[in-house]
Amino acid sequence: MPAVQDTIDRVRKIDVDQYKYGFQTEIAMDKAPKGLSEDIIRFISAKKDEPSWMLEWRLEAYRRWVTLDEPKWARVHYPKIDFQDLYYYAAPKSTPGPTSLSDVDPELLRVYEKLGIPLREQEILAGVQKTDASELEEASDNVYKSGRVAVDAVFDSVSVVTTFKKELAQAGVIFCSISEAIREHPDLVKKYLGSVVPTSDNFYATLNSAVFTDGSFVFVPKGVRCPMELSTYFRMNEKNTGQFERTLIIAEEGAYVSYLEGCTAPQRDENQLHAAVVELIALDDAEIKYSTVQNWYPGDAEGKGGIYNFVTKRGDCRGHRSKISWTQVETGSAITWKYPSCILRGDDSSGEFYSIAVSNGYQQVDSGTKMIHLGKNTSSRIISKGIAAGFSQNTYRGQVSAHRKATNARNFTNCDSLLIGDQCGAHTVPYMEAKNATAQFEHEATTSKISEDQKFYVMQRGIPEEEAIALIVNGFVKDVIQQLPMEFAVEAQKLIGISLEGSVG
Amino acid sequence: MLEIRNLHARIVDDGTEIIRGLNLTVKAGEVAAIMGPNGSGKSTLSYILAGREDYEVTEGDILYNGRSILEMDPAERATSGIFLAFQYPMEIPGVATMEFLKVAMNEQRKARGEEPLKIPEFLKRVKDAAALLDMDMAMLKRPLNVGFSGGEKKRAEILQMKLLEPKLCVLDETDSGLDIDALKIVSEGVNALRAPDRAIVIITHYQRLLQYIVPDSVHVLYRGQVVKSGDKSLALDLEANGYAGVIGQAA
Repeated sequence: MPAVQDTIDRVRKIDVDQYKYGFQTEIAMDKAPKGLSEDIIRFISAKKDEPSWMLEWRLEAYRRWVTLDEPKWARVHYPKIDFQDLYYYAAPKSTPGPTSLSDVDPELLRVYEKLGIPLREQEILAGVQKTDASELEEASDNVYKSGRVAVDAVFDSVSVVTTFKKELAQAGVIFCSISEAIREHPDLVKKYLGSVVPTSDNFYATLNSAVFTDGSFVFVPKGVRCPMELSTYFRMNEKNTGQFERTLIIAEEGAYVSYLEGCTAPQRDENQLHAAVVELIALDDAEIKYSTVQNWYPGDAEGKGGIYNFVTKRGDCRGHRSKISWTQVETGSAITWKYPSCILRGDDSSGEFYSIAVSNGYQQVDSGTKMIHLGKNTSSRIISKGIAAGFSQNTYRGQVSAHRKATNARNFTNCDSLLIGDQCGAHTVPYMEAKNATAQFEHEATTSKISEDQKFYVMQRGIPEEEAIALIVNGFVKDVIQQLPMEFAVEAQKLIGISLEGSVG
Repeated sequence: MLEIRNLHARIVDDGTEIIRGLNLTVKAGEVAAIMGPNGSGKSTLSYILAGREDYEVTEGDILYNGRSILEMDPAERATSGIFLAFQYPMEIPGVATMEFLKVAMNEQRKARGEEPLKIPEFLKRVKDAAALLDMDMAMLKRPLNVGFSGGEKKRAEILQMKLLEPKLCVLDETDSGLDIDALKIVSEGVNALRAPDRAIVIITHYQRLLQYIVPDSVHVLYRGQVVKSGDKSLALDLEANGYAGVIGQAA
């Protein structure tokens, strides 16, 4: 077959426009005019009923932001973003602070019903306790039983409903929207906000600091093990609304919390900008586990549309023996620019990064992590699995550094890339820097293709081509899937299959 | 059940013709052995039967139950009942053997319009089949074929064959890499699958396997053609006198 014909066929078969959550709900929105200025920031701050110190913080960030240029070093290409052509505030018109399901806009509940995944939102919102033991398959190794999840639902920019609050409150855990935290817990917010990702950190983080409209706040006090998984669903809805969540999680001495973040977005033509900031702070002996499944609209078969995702996520192992673990499954977005990182400040602290990044169609992923070893005997572990299909480009970019005082710093990095087809690319860009002679860094990297032999073998057992690919890929990412809580593990496996549909020609 | 008519096939990449006018008929209930020297096209034939895309059929046809299978992809052929036990089974990292078995069995059931197997029923079938092949259930928790010894891989192939209950079984050099004990166990496993509605095609270089799985017919493949057919005595003859005599006649 001539190459040209082959290319045409391949393009035809790549139908990434199979985004299953591409619907737009009609809820009356209350939004600020397009564009960004000090006035818009004042509008947002006023809408949020914020204290003046918060407004000042935002304005300071904004004044810095206007002096900054967009970073260009990532291996991603996209048309220039007109930041004056975006809306920076949109909130559903809902009665403030619903206390029960009947107070929630039924349209919103229908959205969750349509999403359907991976939490049984309806039941959870209704406070139903459920164990999945009956549905767990004996043959599956991914057994993780967690029957209870608290959801802080973020609909566009405003937290609409928060469940399990009472029980969390009894444990002393604060789990609410960042807006509420600014109003109700200003001392905590003042103390920690921007302490990991300062307003001056980078272009997108600075922008976020100026205009963030919502996100989650979690505070787990000393010695408390958070009694349930905490979860927020982010969902972009209003057309052309940039999403600027701000999440702040603090685990005091000896505390433990596991936080799940998952996202889907409706389909549309315009590119959407998303620039979130997540800050984690772990004090002595504390542990934070942060898991993400990201499934935003990746754009259509020609690479048109899709979300631009520029995220700054950073955890600070501020205390001794503290631990922060990032797990992410990235299947969506047209462009992903994301490096969840750990600052290993406390002695004997440890950081982990487990990542699956799947790209198909014309998606561009530039993702990885930074492990910054400052304290003594700190250790970090990086397991990254990149899967590139279609015409996508998938880059792992990671930095491991040991400060001169970081005696006995340890790092293990394993980056595996899997290519499906021959039009895509996988790249690994590791940076390592040790200023202390006792540091031990290990790096392993592999790039492989799904071989025709493997695919033929699996298909010969009666498994259709796309399922065969999904099976092989899910095997490839298993090390990371196992790090996810059960709710996400099952969903993530399905999602990987969906993301790779049409990847074979 | 299987009828190969004047089959010509070549390697897609370089156009080398491997199968050159092959004719073969295997009836339901029959065990047919295909023998031949290295490079005669034995393994290629097994790949073509299973639908591997690296080969292109340029002439002739393959009929399975009277229907041409040339347009079917490997998965469709498999769900229609064709099974290939590979000479070199592939490793599938991260996919537990058990998980793989479940997916394969249920995909085949789905294709036939049947419900997925309930977990207890699935486990029972796997346990029974594993016991017959003297396989440890612990092994089935490991990723498929990863780190398996040659013998373990072959057993795993026969295990899959047994569980998928195919109608046409093609065994490609199943005896290679097996010690005598494993050979006996694997042979018993294959013999247990002999049935009036099932055909078994055994591709082998040596007569050794045929001591344990006694064929109804023996066919000698040479340069992409069946040059001689006979009953089981033909295999013994080849063992005693080598391929030279048969090939000489054909040449």
